[in-house]
Amino acid sequence: MQADISLGKRLTSSIGKKIVVALTGLFLTLFLVVHLMGNLQLLKNDGGEAFNHYSEFMGHNPLIQTISKVNFAFILGHAIWGIFLAFKNRAARPTRYAVNKPGANSRWASRNMALLGTIVFVFIAIHLVNFYFTFHYGDIPTVDYRDAHSGELFRVKDYASVVQIGFQQLWIVAFYVVAMFALAFHLSHGIQSAFQTLGANNKEVSPTLKTIGYVLAYGLCALFAIIPVIMYIQNS
Amino acid sequence: MKFNLKIWRQKDANAQGKLVDYKIDNVSEDMSLLEMMDVLNDQLVRKGEEPVAFDHDCREGICGMCSMYINGRAHGPVKASTTCQLYMRNFTDGETITIEPFRAGAFPIVRDLAVTRSAFDRIIAAGGFVSVSTGQAQDANNTPIGKEEADKAMDAAACIGCGACAAACPNASAMLFVSAKVAHLSLLPQGQVERKERALAMINQMDEEGFGSCTNIGACEAECPKEISLENIARLNREYLWATVAK
Ligand code: HEM
Ligand code: SF4
Ligand code: FES
Repeated sequence: MQADISLGKRLTSSIGKKIVVALTGLFLTLFLVVHLMGNLQLLKNDGGEAFNHYSEFMGHNPLIQTISKVNFAFILGHAIWGIFLAFKNRAARPTRYAVNKPGANSRWASRNMALLGTIVFVFIAIHLVNFYFTFHYGDIPTVDYRDAHSGELFRVKDYASVVQIGFQQLWIVAFYVVAMFALAFHLSHGIQSAFQTLGANNKEVSPTLKTIGYVLAYGLCALFAIIPVIMYIQNS
Repeated sequence: MKFNLKIWRQKDANAQGKLVDYKIDNVSEDMSLLEMMDVLNDQLVRKGEEPVAFDHDCREGICGMCSMYINGRAHGPVKASTTCQLYMRNFTDGETITIEPFRAGAFPIVRDLAVTRSAFDRIIAAGGFVSVSTGQAQDANNTPIGKEEADKAMDAAACIGCGACAAACPNASAMLFVSAKVAHLSLLPQGQVERKERALAMINQMDEEGFGSCTNIGACEAECPKEISLENIARLNREYLWATVAK
């Protein structure tokens, strides 16, 4: 038996590509959980204080900033490997079936991961321009808060107001909601698929892993989507 | 029963193929789809036309030869069935039935509905074997195997190499087939010697044949006539990961 296969070849083989997509995908999902925790503070009725403090902390903590760079690399890596995978898979069937009923044996989301991923990618790009780059490099108004203990005034950047202004535009709100649907479908297949790719599937654990996948996918995206909707309603 | 048939006709691997319409009458509901094809071919030959080429052998659901894509499904609409085990009573009278060959770059068409699945043979040749001597029949009892492992290995060994998994897979991936072979051998003591190389060698061959990569869509499991489980693919993924991480 000949199995003299280099590590590079193993990472780009059919299973290797999947392992890269799965590991980066799960990391990104974990990131989404943390990101959501932070964003939900926007819904607090405190004039943006909690969110502004949180953003200030995240933007200046060196550990968080390192993880953020890794996160960007993983988004790119995941997207590139994912697209590479999808193109190769399309090429594996040069002639299509004249009559095909894939709906009889599989879920729509599972068959359209690259399309859903691309929508998510476009969303991420627009989202970064809207907020990330503005937060980091834009001109941001400041706001003064009084410390509850000492009573002293101190000044922070009012990130929450940037978000608030953004979400006064209906098309941006609508775009965010649509993108979250795409992400929800992507993750509804993606999370359970990642566990399978990493080898976790048997009669005992699979039902639980699938449930975790669906709850995370739909729960995360519903909560993300509700933020712009509530902020829009509050401000109009 | 009578049917309108749309059958893929293609002279050879390089010719341009197309769906051709046929009408057939007086079909018994107890005929298998292959028997219906026999009747059609008999009529074609009598008219001096070329019969439709299709593969078949055992006609009892164990050889895996009868590859056909029927009404948009591998082996037709019935679960856990090969084409030879698909009966005309599973269709409605007067229905239009479209029959195409299994389509995958790695399954080139020989003629009409017949494709070559030699790619599967080359995948097996790359690692789907054991090279230790397992002795004579009576020596089998010298190697006790736990009930659970034996059951799982037997389930995986039920794969008949029909190719329905790759035909149904939107990625034309052969992972269910490869995983059944890898799981079958890696569960048994006789398969331990080459265990690590096996997953790597067979996947390497699968990729070279031009099959796609598994994205866990699950169409294969749903269409497999032997109901081979996706758990085998998870096992293959573990074998591959393990062979890569632990030298
Ligand atoms: C926040 C963003 C994203 C998250 C959390 C995420 C998550 C995941 C997860 C968990 C998987 C499953 C991995 C596996 O099957 O083993 C996956 C698969 C995939 N993702 Fe993403 N993804 C994201 C963005 C993207 C983007 C931007 C693209 C492409 C432009 C993309 C394309 C794909 C593709 C093609 C697959 C493979 C399909 C499959 O295995 O079924 N994803 N993603
Ligand atoms: S896994 Fe099932 S569908 Fe695939 S070749 Fe084996 S028996 Fe056929
Ligand atoms: S002819 Fe043998 S399985 Fe159908």
